[in-house]
Amino acid sequence: MSNQLTKADAARKRNVKNPTSLLSALTNGGPVVWASCLVMGLGNMVAGQIGKGLIFLAIEAIVICLLALPMLTDLNGVAYTGMDWIRMLGNLGDRPDTKQWNEEEMIMEQVFGDRSHMILLYGIIFIAVIAVLVVFWRASVRSGYMALCTRKEGKKPLTLIQDIKELFDSNIHKLLMAFPFACLVVFTFIPLFYMISMAFTNYRKEAFYVGEVLTDHLNLFDWVGLDNFAELFSSGSVIAEQFWSVLSWTLIWAFFATFLNFFMGTFVAMIINRPTTQLKGFWRTVLSITIAVPQFVSLLLIGKMFADNGIINKVLMDTALTDEIVRWYSVTTGARIFVIVINLWVGIPYTVMQVTGILKNIPADLYEAARIDGANALQQFRHITLPYMIFVMTPYIITSFTGNINNFNVIFLLTGGSPNVLGQTAGTTDLLVTWLYKLSVDKQQYDIAAVIGICTFIVLSIVSLVTYRSSGSYKDEEGFK
Amino acid sequence: MANLAKTNKTGSLKTKRFTMDVLVHTLLLIIAIIWISPFVYLLAQSFRGGLNKSMEYSQFFPKIWSLENYTRLFTDTAVLNFPRMFMNTLMISCCSCVISTFFVMSVSYCMSRLKWKMRKPYMNMAMILGLFPGFMSMTATYFLLKAMGLTEGSNIPLALIICYSSGAGTGFYVMKGYMDTIPKALDEAAYLDGATKWQTYIKIILPLCKPMIVYQIITSFMGPWCDFIFCKLICRTNQQFYTVSIGLYTMLTMERINSWFTVFCAGAVLVAIPISILFIITQRFYQEAMSGSVKG
Repeated sequence: MSNQLTKADAARKRNVKNPTSLLSALTNGGPVVWASCLVMGLGNMVAGQIGKGLIFLAIEAIVICLLALPMLTDLNGVAYTGMDWIRMLGNLGDRPDTKQWNEEEMIMEQVFGDRSHMILLYGIIFIAVIAVLVVFWRASVRSGYMALCTRKEGKKPLTLIQDIKELFDSNIHKLLMAFPFACLVVFTFIPLFYMISMAFTNYRKEAFYVGEVLTDHLNLFDWVGLDNFAELFSSGSVIAEQFWSVLSWTLIWAFFATFLNFFMGTFVAMIINRPTTQLKGFWRTVLSITIAVPQFVSLLLIGKMFADNGIINKVLMDTALTDEIVRWYSVTTGARIFVIVINLWVGIPYTVMQVTGILKNIPADLYEAARIDGANALQQFRHITLPYMIFVMTPYIITSFTGNINNFNVIFLLTGGSPNVLGQTAGTTDLLVTWLYKLSVDKQQYDIAAVIGICTFIVLSIVSLVTYRSSGSYKDEEGFK
Repeated sequence: MANLAKTNKTGSLKTKRFTMDVLVHTLLLIIAIIWISPFVYLLAQSFRGGLNKSMEYSQFFPKIWSLENYTRLFTDTAVLNFPRMFMNTLMISCCSCVISTFFVMSVSYCMSRLKWKMRKPYMNMAMILGLFPGFMSMTATYFLLKAMGLTEGSNIPLALIICYSSGAGTGFYVMKGYMDTIPKALDEAAYLDGATKWQTYIKIILPLCKPMIVYQIITSFMGPWCDFIFCKLICRTNQQFYTVSIGLYTMLTMERINSWFTVFCAGAVLVAIPISILFIITQRFYQEAMSGSVKG
């Protein structure tokens, strides 16, 4: 039965695939198809699919209106067309704010100049609009050609009603994916491209003098090509120095945070799982409370508990363990150890949860065989438990490594990146992500922030690609089955 | 002689095992105390009475116990309006959990059950998007929402709902993995009976995914309760739209902590309890889901 079905599927696929590519439509299609390149939906209308053709035509009309009619306004209330905004992308605007004498009201009036970040954003929005047009254009040419072909074979192409019905059957993926994907394009892709393009500008709040006037690049900025990347990688610049120290600390942090969590979590899970350990469920519940309570609550609280006037110091003083208050995160090394230790508190419960399930899945006969061969507990752990766990847990370790590189909450809520270094924007416990946050939200150095975002992305992709490809679970999926 | 040696040996094994047990249980006790004490401290401080509301010079367990922090949380609404924050968060998370569950279900169905041309590219794209640090496009999203006029006045909750739910189209991995375990034969049987794919989706796949849907709904419901970065950026000084998390965060800022610390503890307890309960429910459903979709 299923064989028949797959055959039918394959036949349908062949049918659909061959004649409908854009290229074959353009080469084999007659003048009507060529005309439908200009007037979208013409092919469908000629073939009798009036409704579908009109929808395509309407889409074309709407998009052309969006691009050609004055739509979005600048700060003075003057509307520009979409094409104007795209054209302005070339130099990102060059008119500074000025003052103008208003004759009617007899006052000096503020006339706003260009705002480069608006031009950049609107330009990208309209480029996205053009991209949408291209997608629909391609679909319309192909669908027109297909409808004409069907007509030529003497059959009747689908009516609009039938098309809509197909949307609930063979084309259901178009229906279901439309909204999520549209949201993704508008609220993920456009911001992402916007931010990436900032990496190639000099959009930052860094004051400099033009003659006598103090100014900055917050209103007007320009394309600078790869200058920001050059600044980041040139030796000697302040940014470069910070970048390398933050990057190395990020990697050290991710390494310790991941592996200490993994080994200590495994240890705790194993001692809970010992056959003679009592109250197994209780110990696990206690640990999982940490996961259940929102992180911002527990981390904020712990940050305050370890503050100079916090409860930990109070208890230490009361029990006379120390004479003076311990400043847990005033020195770089201390602060770094502190965040790693607190991260253990956050992370071990997750590992225990993961590992407990896996430990139960290890085939018991492996241990039995080992015992018969006279292996002791340590040897069993070394040769059975550990390899098995590493095999199963590699994807988890990789995701937690990348997760730790991006671990914003722990650093931001505990130390906020402090201790700070004089004259630098990054504190010594800042990770790339928290530094990025500081640069874009607090310091308004959007260009450098964007460059750092791109670098973080590159680091993450390298780490996950390399480790994943060299891991056992990728090379040999059936290894332990 | 041999017998004696044997009993000696089992005896020493027994004592060895006993000492190990004692060691392990002491260790576990220490671990449990370390893990639980911050929450005990939180709970104890939330019931602290007296005039001193600051964190300084506080005892681990308060001398005067009272409920005044909780009453203040709900009555002292002039500076920080906790009830309103609670309602804001509730509304935002209800809306965003409906939208994002709908998105996740649609996308995972397309990824798991259907074969179409852009399936693989879409999955790769989702993976690559996941590698960009989330905060990178945060300011850009803010500019975009501002250009749409969503960051002013009563549009702010809408902007927050968009923030929390718009990215759901990439979070389909767990759900897809679950749907993959539903046998393809069920779909095929339905097709043979003349069902359209829409009917298969609504009448067969969705009901089978019930435990995972509950998991998904609760997970996305909890999002707005735990996030404060996006909210802080979008609300800025518009206090009437603050969510709970940002309200609690504000209570611990330098200028407020001295008069608000115990109130923060009360608020944190009130937020943490329902979230923990929801979390435990999700775990139950998650485990139920992981034990297989179609039984027998």
